[in-house]
Amino acid sequence: MDSQTLAAQTAETGHIGHGEHPPYLRHHFENAPQQREAATFGMWLFLLTEIMFFGGLFCAYLIFRNWYYPAFVAGSHTLHIWAGTLNTTLLIISSFTMAMAVHAAETRMRKAIMGWMIVTIILGCGFLCVKAYEWHDEWVDHHVPGLNFSPESFLHGSKAYPDDKLSLDMAEKTQLYYSLYFAMTGMHALHMIIGVSLLTILLIQVYGGKYVNGHVAPIENFGLYWHFVDIVWIFLFPLLYLISRHQ
Amino acid sequence: MSTIVSLPDQSTARLPKVSYLNKEYGLKSWLLTGDHKRIAVLYMISITFFFFIGGAMAALIRMELLTPPSDLLAADTYNKVFTAHGLIMVFFFLVPSVPATIGNFLIPIMVGAKDLAFPKINLLSWYLYIVAGTMMIGVLAFGGVDTGWTFTTPLSTHYLNTHVVSAGLAVFVAGFSSIFTGLNFIVTIHRMRAPGMTWFRLPLFVWSHYAASILMVLGTPVLAITLVLVVLERTIGIGVFDPTKGGDPLLFQHLFWFYSHPAVYIMILPGMGVISEVISTFSRKRVFGYTAVAFSSVAIAVFGFFVWAHHMFVMGISNYSALVFSLLTMLVAVPSAIKIFNWSATLYKGSITFETPMLYAFGFLGLFTIGGLTGVFLGSLGMDIHLTETYFIVAHFHFVMVGGMLMAYLSGVHFWWPKITGRMYPEGVSKLAAVITFVGFVLTFFPQFILGYLGMPRRYAAYPPEFQVLNVFSSAGASVLGVGYLLPLLYLTWSLKYGKIAGPNPWQATGLEWQIQSPPLTENFAETPIVTHEAYDYEWLESQKPSEVPTVG
Repeated sequence: MDSQTLAAQTAETGHIGHGEHPPYLRHHFENAPQQREAATFGMWLFLLTEIMFFGGLFCAYLIFRNWYYPAFVAGSHTLHIWAGTLNTTLLIISSFTMAMAVHAAETRMRKAIMGWMIVTIILGCGFLCVKAYEWHDEWVDHHVPGLNFSPESFLHGSKAYPDDKLSLDMAEKTQLYYSLYFAMTGMHALHMIIGVSLLTILLIQVYGGKYVNGHVAPIENFGLYWHFVDIVWIFLFPLLYLISRHQ
Repeated sequence: MSTIVSLPDQSTARLPKVSYLNKEYGLKSWLLTGDHKRIAVLYMISITFFFFIGGAMAALIRMELLTPPSDLLAADTYNKVFTAHGLIMVFFFLVPSVPATIGNFLIPIMVGAKDLAFPKINLLSWYLYIVAGTMMIGVLAFGGVDTGWTFTTPLSTHYLNTHVVSAGLAVFVAGFSSIFTGLNFIVTIHRMRAPGMTWFRLPLFVWSHYAASILMVLGTPVLAITLVLVVLERTIGIGVFDPTKGGDPLLFQHLFWFYSHPAVYIMILPGMGVISEVISTFSRKRVFGYTAVAFSSVAIAVFGFFVWAHHMFVMGISNYSALVFSLLTMLVAVPSAIKIFNWSATLYKGSITFETPMLYAFGFLGLFTIGGLTGVFLGSLGMDIHLTETYFIVAHFHFVMVGGMLMAYLSGVHFWWPKITGRMYPEGVSKLAAVITFVGFVLTFFPQFILGYLGMPRRYAAYPPEFQVLNVFSSAGASVLGVGYLLPLLYLTWSLKYGKIAGPNPWQATGLEWQIQSPPLTENFAETPIVTHEAYDYEWLESQKPSEVPTVG
């Protein structure tokens, strides 16, 4: 609904007594729909800033992948494709369970909200565990630029991809692949951790009886955030794991 | 034709019994407030503090440059001083200056709302600013940083042994404070307008803040990720900007200026909003070409995103992209010129009076025009090679930022001082301050155009003796300018207690904010206003009898 229509509605009905406002309505809003729409709009704007934030990394990825394509291919081949696929599946399912939690909130079913939220939290934590396992593997393989890196493994090709023999110069450039890999998955994981923490807080609030009276904007907006983090991963998975897998 | 409406007799005006200032007392009622007006006051105090720290740094710079050799400050100290001046003035004064103070105070009132859409986020924005500011002060106290405000790589990532990481994080946090302000404004302007307040009845102040907010929301995150990469490169060496690992320092420049050029418009657009209001009020006319001025703000915001590479003409970008960016840079001068012409046309045949805000606004018109036009010089490729990294650049952006934005800020502070505090500033001494500021400014920065044209590079503590005369002029001007800035600090503080009571509408202006009591109630309006006229309708105001003007208190 347009803000003018919303505002005009209140002007027509005049100021009804404060008792008739829902208790969650903040004093500076005219009515509940206005408050809900403002919150949702604010959330979308915030997601826009997030897109610009990740956009800087995607821009760097685009440039360096064009410059050092063989290094990016070789780097991509060292990732566990099963782990990436598993994580993608976990996140897609968690987006579904989050959508169900929002739906349960809209239909005011307290137990269902909590159930779907708990499943979402478990899936989110599962994602983080798989990610931590992968990072550990890369540390063991000396693939962490700056801290623990050696281009050695790219000079002779691997078992699965014997063609990945890079010159020393190009092998050094795999550092950039891993830099972007860690920066992008790291930022994404940070967003996941924030998401899981927020979801835990929401869960406790629902347990305490909040958000079951039609005031669903916080859960709805958290849902938007969760889906956004999911979508970022949907882009990261092919960009980082699936470079030239057909070879 | 409109006429001068005589000011109401201020001896009969009384301060309202209840206002946002005296509704609650105590430190806690300020530090935990959700009221946009109180947060605006908090912001105003904080940015004034940082302005005078940045100003002290400027004073040190000008004292050092009084003589050719580097005698007062050693070269590395000088680097730290100008870096601190730049960082503080850009991120802790100019970016939040008008939006977070005057904008924060006025935008909800101008759209007819009780508060910004997200009062808690507004308060969070101020706290982030304070955290960032404290970090910045800490950086200065523990030895400073000498990258220049631009954090240029690989200088910042590999060659300096100063507090780059903490300074970068301070700017990162300050960026979030700015994002939250912009986000709050956009949602408020879209969703909180009173009935009848259509987009084209909004004051131009709101339009220009809307455009600036778009830039804050879209640009600042890119700066954030850039600083994160710089910090990661410096701490663990990830190499995205490091050529020895295959990274590219030019990528840093692209990402940095993708924010930092639009940031220039974040700084100037809200000031332009102030000028629209002041010029209209003191010429007693509708702003000429309202729609054109409104859309030119949005046009500046859009074009502003596509000119960043003009900071990089000599850094080795391709000739073709340099040509395109040169063209786009000149295009962005068009909407700025539309504003200047429309303000001039507003003055034409207006009933002009010369109150202090108007004097500052005239200062803005002249100085911003010079600043803007020299920007076109710098946007032309041939000239830029000669002038880049000289004092010409320094003079150019100080004409825009100080001559433009600071004049606009002071104009706005004086214009809305009666609304914010309920009391008038002293007219005589403030006019003097406006004139001193203008004279001091021109004396400080005009010689720098000549210095730059003659080839004096920026960012050096020493210079050849033949440049001394012009540098002495500049330093002398800076002292005059300092007086011009100290005066308002003194008399505005004085006026809090001894100023004349202003009454609700001392300027006989048409804006919604002037139709309520000064200082306003915490909830701004006793009941939701229904807007029936546009922002600059002086004929409507004249036809109102005193009893019909909807004042409260």
